[in-house]
Formats: sequence, structure tokens, C-alpha cells
Amino acid sequence: MEWETVIGLEVHVQLSTNTKIFSGASTRFGAAPNTQACGIDLGMPGTLPVFNENALRKAVSFGLAIDAEIGRHSAFDRKNYFYPDLPKGYQITQMDHPIVGKGQVEIMMDDGTTKTVGVTRAHLEEDAGKSLHEDFHGMTGIDLNRAGTPLLEIVSEPDIRSAKEAVAYLKKIHSIVTYIGVSDGNMAEGSMRCDANVSVRPKGQQEYGMRCEIKNVNSFRFVEKAINHEVERQIALIEDGGTVVQETRLYDSELDETRSMRSKEVANDYRYFPEPDLLPVEIDESYIEQVRSELPELPDAKRERFHSEYGLSEYDAAVLSSSQDMAHFFEVVARQTGEPKLSANWVMVELAAVLNKTNTPITESPVSATNLAQLIERITDNTISSKMAKTVFEAMVEGQGDPDSIIEAKGLKQVSDTGAIEAMIDDIIASNPDQVEQYRGGKDKLFGFFVGQVMKASKGQANPGVVNDMLKKKL
Amino acid sequence: MSLDRSEVENIAMLARLKIEEQDVPHYVDALSSILDLVDEMQAIDTQGVTPLANPLDSVQRLRADEVTEDNQREHFQSIAPATDAGLYLVPKVIE
Repeated sequence: MEWETVIGLEVHVQLSTNTKIFSGASTRFGAAPNTQACGIDLGMPGTLPVFNENALRKAVSFGLAIDAEIGRHSAFDRKNYFYPDLPKGYQITQMDHPIVGKGQVEIMMDDGTTKTVGVTRAHLEEDAGKSLHEDFHGMTGIDLNRAGTPLLEIVSEPDIRSAKEAVAYLKKIHSIVTYIGVSDGNMAEGSMRCDANVSVRPKGQQEYGMRCEIKNVNSFRFVEKAINHEVERQIALIEDGGTVVQETRLYDSELDETRSMRSKEVANDYRYFPEPDLLPVEIDESYIEQVRSELPELPDAKRERFHSEYGLSEYDAAVLSSSQDMAHFFEVVARQTGEPKLSANWVMVELAAVLNKTNTPITESPVSATNLAQLIERITDNTISSKMAKTVFEAMVEGQGDPDSIIEAKGLKQVSDTGAIEAMIDDIIASNPDQVEQYRGGKDKLFGFFVGQVMKASKGQANPGVVNDMLKKKL
Repeated sequence: MSLDRSEVENIAMLARLKIEEQDVPHYVDALSSILDLVDEMQAIDTQGVTPLANPLDSVQRLRADEVTEDNQREHFQSIAPATDAGLYLVPKVIE
């Protein structure tokens, strides 16, 4: 039977505010345990939450970026459950009146096809603390520095049909939140976490299959693996005559499997009710317009501009516009060289390879945009060949200086001087009479032999175009 | 509307409240009478009335995003039952 996968994602984005959503304690990452957990974060009796304006602004900003309805009247609710990293015994979240309503994001697949994924809603809530299960005399250690950090939970419609689409969606959310500066998007530090609701159904069937929720998947790669694994598990289960039970499963990246997480617990009953400690949040039109005016050029608009202004393919434009830093780097190179396509190739192929290999962000690239542009200019003005350029680039990566001094120091200048090349060709024709005769007798393949000889004689520095033209004349 | 014994026990479990066996019938009656009152209110015609998120005729004030709380870990941990290396210690939690 042919199966169709149905996926909905819940993405938790930590908003990059200075302070907690409801208290004035710092949110700085990496502080000593519990040094940034104040009385409000600890749920001390007598304390009251006060809502952080910057958290509201960032949530509204995201809503506008995905073209969503903004909740003019939003309100907070309590979600009740007991866990030691949640000192109050409830999480303040938004149930009935979220700050961001229906919106959508466009995703692009590797083959350049696009698809719109609906966003059901996005709401503000507070993060919990961290439990450390290493052995503290047989007890669990609790660090509440993260408790109260503002989160925006972005809930997608079940519009996603494959693990690859899920990754594309996540990358797009990542791209948007980092562009508009509402989050640093640092997945390793947990700034973006994802739960995936996965179900399968026979292709063509209207109603959804029973779904499982995979919790806390924290990298793009693991999202794809975890979903693929879960899809295989569900299909195998059904084909063996079993049924999928609705449950929460945890992905184990070491074993590459998901396993049931809360099997013993009864169905969660969070007993939501309106948070009496906070008043409704009213937003007026002027506030929304002010936030809108602060939005930068968004990824989709930039992609469109790269495509129309620089003539890049849709795919290249999408890759280069996916991060603001990469887009900026590319634009500096493209503007300086006036060669957008060649610039795009160098940034996406040679430079990206070096950055990926060393896991370096483009902002700390060993080769500056200006220097890369100079290198490209040396290719276009025929000082060096593309092949030579790669050698120069490697030297630039190793910190040997700017392109011109490397070309000079290594004597890599391409020889386009026809006199010098002519002399070499004359030499080669004179010393290879047999091959010359065979070539003239119709053995065309030998042309390559002569080109090779010239390149060898010039130590690879002869301009191949000039060599070709001149050989044709001489032979 | 009336609750039965098992519902009361479930509510107590969710709220992590320990209730004595002999008190259960009392809670069943008391909570059921609250629900009866809710039933009475439910019967009122509220067509066209916007649901109220908060009874106060006021809106939420916002706080500037500035750090105002400094580190008072020592102070807070002085009343904690157990701490180590700056962490609060609790009975082992296993997922």
C-alpha cells in the first residue's frame, strides 16, 4: 500500500530579550546555576508577573513577518502540571487568545519547487527550568535560570508531507526569526526546539491517521531522522496489523529511534484557566504599524530581489538569502565585482565548503568579502585562470594575505602575452614532429596533447583561450 | 450536575492533594453543589455577550526590557531543603 505522511510542527523559539517574560531577571545564556532566577521565576508567594514589552514586540514582529492576524486582544492562561523545573506548578501561556493568529510561510525544496505551509497560531509563554539528572547524591539538580525565559510557540497546520519538507519549514522559521532579530536561533543552546506531530494514512484517504508527538528535537538533521524513523515505525506497525496509539515519544539520536515517553501516565489534563495575575493585553493599530515599520527586508523579498536584480536562479537566490549574514556577504562581493553569478558560485561553493568544514559562521570568514571580490576580479580580468584562483583562494584561507600579493608571491600570473606563448608553441611543434604530422593527417584528438604541452611548458600559467586560438593557427 | 467518587479522586490526584478516605463523600457533595451553581449560570442567555477574559476594566501594563533583579541565590537557597553546586536538589525525577 502507498502511504502518505502528515506532519505538523510546534516550534518553540526563545525570544532574545534582555529579561524574562514576566520578571526583570536576566536571560543571559551560560550564567552560574540559579543566579538569574528571581522571586517571580521561583514562584515565591506574594510575587506578581509583569509582562515584558519587548517580548510582545518580538511576537508581533514575527506575526507581521508571516503575514498573520495579530491578536488585538490577547490574554494569558495557566497550564497546570507538576514538575520540579516548574516551581509555580503552572506555566503561563496563551490558550484562547494567542498574540498571533493564522499566517503562512513559503518553503522551497532542493529542486526549487515551493509550497505554502499554514501557521495555525503563535503564542507567548514562559520556559521552564532545567533538570540535571547526573548523580547529585541520588537526587535531581534544578537550575531555574531558564525559568521564565520568553518563548514563542509557533504551531503549524498539518500541511507538511515529508521529513524533508519539515526541515525546509524549520529552516524557513529559523531564517525569519533571525532576520527580524526576535531570536538568535542558536539550536545548540536550545533557542529553537521542535516537537513534531506525525501520522500516516493510506494515500487518498481524507481523514488523518492517529498521531504521535515526537518531543524536543534540537537540530535540523535530527528532525529529518526522527520523523523518518517514526514514519517507518508507524507503517510497519499498521502493516503488521497493529494500531498506532496516541502518545508522546522521545527521539534518541544515539540509537536513531523514538521511544514512548509517558506511557504510564494518564492522558494529560492541564486544566487550563485564565491567568488571574495578568490583565488582557490590548494592542492598537499604531503599535502594530510601528513594529511593521521596523521590519527589515524579509527572506522572501530578498530572494525575489536577488533573482530579479542579479539574475540568480530561484534556488541560488533562496540559498543566499536564507541568512542575513550570507546575503550581506554575497551582496558586497557581487556589487564590487559586477559579476553576481560568479560571485554567487564562489560564496555558495568554495567559501561555503571552507566554512562548513571548519564550522565557522560567515561573519568570521577567514576570507573577507572584499578580498573574495578582488580574487574574482583577477579571474575576470584574465590575470589568473579559474583553476589558479582556487590555489590563491586556498592560500587566502590559510591567511597568506590578499589575492594580489599571493598571485605575486607565488608567481601565478596567467600568461596572455601572445609573444611568449607563440615562442613556446613554436618550440613544441619543432620538438614533436611525429605528432604534428599525425595531427595534420587527421588525428584531431592530438590537439589536446599540444594544449597539454603548452600548459606544462608555461607551468599552467598560459591563458587557455589564447593557447587554443594560437595552436589552431599554427598547426 | 454531580461528580462521582472517582472524579473527585482524579481531581485530587491532578492537584497533588492528599484527601482522607472518609472525607471523600463530603468533597463529592461540596464540589457537586458548586457545579450546580455553574449549571444555573449556564442557563442564562448570553447570546451576543463577548466572553470576558478578566473582570477588571483595565488592560495589562507593560514593563521595559531592563534587568532589575540581581543575583539573590544565597538568600533564596537559605530556605531550600537541599542544594548543591548552586542547584536546588529534589527527589530523583526519571522520565
